[in-house]
Amino acid sequence: MQLQLVVNRRAVGLDVEPRTLLVELLREQLGLPGTHVGCDTAQCGACTVLLDGAAVKACNVLALQADGAAVLTIEGLAAPDAPLHPMQQAFHERHALQCGFCTPGMVMRAVAMTDEGVAPTDAAVREALAGNLCRCTGYRGIVEAICDGLRAGATPVAAPSDAGRAADGDVVPVPR
Amino acid sequence: MYPFDYVRADSAAHASALLREHPEARLLAGGQSLLPTMRMRLAAPSMLIDLGRAAGLSGVTEVTEVTGVAEVTGAAGAAREPAHTAPGQSRAPARVIRIGAMTTHTQVADSPLVRGTIPALAALAAGIGDRQVRNRGTIGGSVANNDPAACYPGAVLALNATIETDRRRIAADDFFRGLFTTALEPDEVLVALHVPVPRRAAYLKFEQPASRFALVGVAVADTAGGVRVAVTGAGPGVFRAEALEDRLQARFEPAALEGARIDAAGLGGDLHAGADYRAHLIVVLAQRAVARALGTADPASPSSRPPAAVDPRGSR
Repeated sequence: MQLQLVVNRRAVGLDVEPRTLLVELLREQLGLPGTHVGCDTAQCGACTVLLDGAAVKACNVLALQADGAAVLTIEGLAAPDAPLHPMQQAFHERHALQCGFCTPGMVMRAVAMTDEGVAPTDAAVREALAGNLCRCTGYRGIVEAICDGLRAGATPVAAPSDAGRAADGDVVPVPR
Repeated sequence: MYPFDYVRADSAAHASALLREHPEARLLAGGQSLLPTMRMRLAAPSMLIDLGRAAGLSGVTEVTEVTGVAEVTGAAGAAREPAHTAPGQSRAPARVIRIGAMTTHTQVADSPLVRGTIPALAALAAGIGDRQVRNRGTIGGSVANNDPAACYPGAVLALNATIETDRRRIAADDFFRGLFTTALEPDEVLVALHVPVPRRAAYLKFEQPASRFALVGVAVADTAGGVRVAVTGAGPGVFRAEALEDRLQARFEPAALEGARIDAAGLGGDLHAGADYRAHLIVVLAQRAVARALGTADPASPSSRPPAAVDPRGSR
């Protein structure tokens, strides 16, 4: 089925099978492997992306449910040659990772916390982080980094979805 | 996940017509239970009918329901609706919160109207799963799915809510029929929940720590029709604890449940908790829920979760 959406501020139009998951669309059809598949059962949060600004688990959303929406992935937070997003910078400074597998989901979840008004406190961040699991570092550095990132503010979240623009030809065709 | 066809419904009526045409189809609301079930190949519908764009299925409004008519207040262009005359319902005008089926858990948790009128329901919504799940999962999906460990069925039953479908109103007492079963016809579509504003209410659950589903969840509501206590997580489906209701009807305070016992026969037992332990938890959580409803619970507890004082690995 035909699908049009905006991924990392770029309009995309392509054809997908109905059973394609959003995370499969991102990784396999759009070549954006930064969004990880961890548990594959909507528990670990490694696949967290922002869908119209809201954190969701991309392994538990059909690609077709994102039709007309704006998706922001870890690749869309900062351009390769640009400074890191404040939340990425905070993770860097606090060394809030060990193997790094859960990190993209952690960072995307944390970016959404600014809009949600999560207080930069240990208790509030741990509660807000309930859907993201890390199996190596423990959470101390992650929570500290998120508190730093929340205090640093500034959260450029994806522009509102603009399916009309996609229809007008600013479309990146992607083969199946 | 096996292949399926995918259709977007324009309205509840459209979805119902599609269900009649395709008996092996399933409705897709938020998908937070259905999609994992399909991915585990425990379900293989021929078609998913996505309600994500169906008109008029989400949002929270206040309605005043009296015998004979129900009027929507505070909403432009509101139409008069048929009467709500569930058995046992008060005949006096009542404040009722109408929550559209596709309203997400996050929207219920954040709704100023719900927080202001039924804070227990907002707190329940804020405690489901995790934020990512709450951003997608919907109240209608949860109620229609009737997972025996889901939170919403407990509150819907305790609050004496009414389920609005594309064709009728169903009282909560008649709606839940045990393990993933409801009174919905195969082609019937849940449209909204009508939740009367209680005098006071609270919901507490003892969480399975990994899934955050309720090992046991207890909703207590002091309503116009009396005190109602509903239990989720403990048995094959949500049920009312009449013995506890009788005690609380006489005296709405935690001490009224001292010495109360729930028969473990018929309750569920698994590796997380035995039936006898679940029976014990029902009374403990009911007492704490009453304290919460009275505003005498520990204010430091931030959500619907009980203090972590009780160890699920306990030997009871």
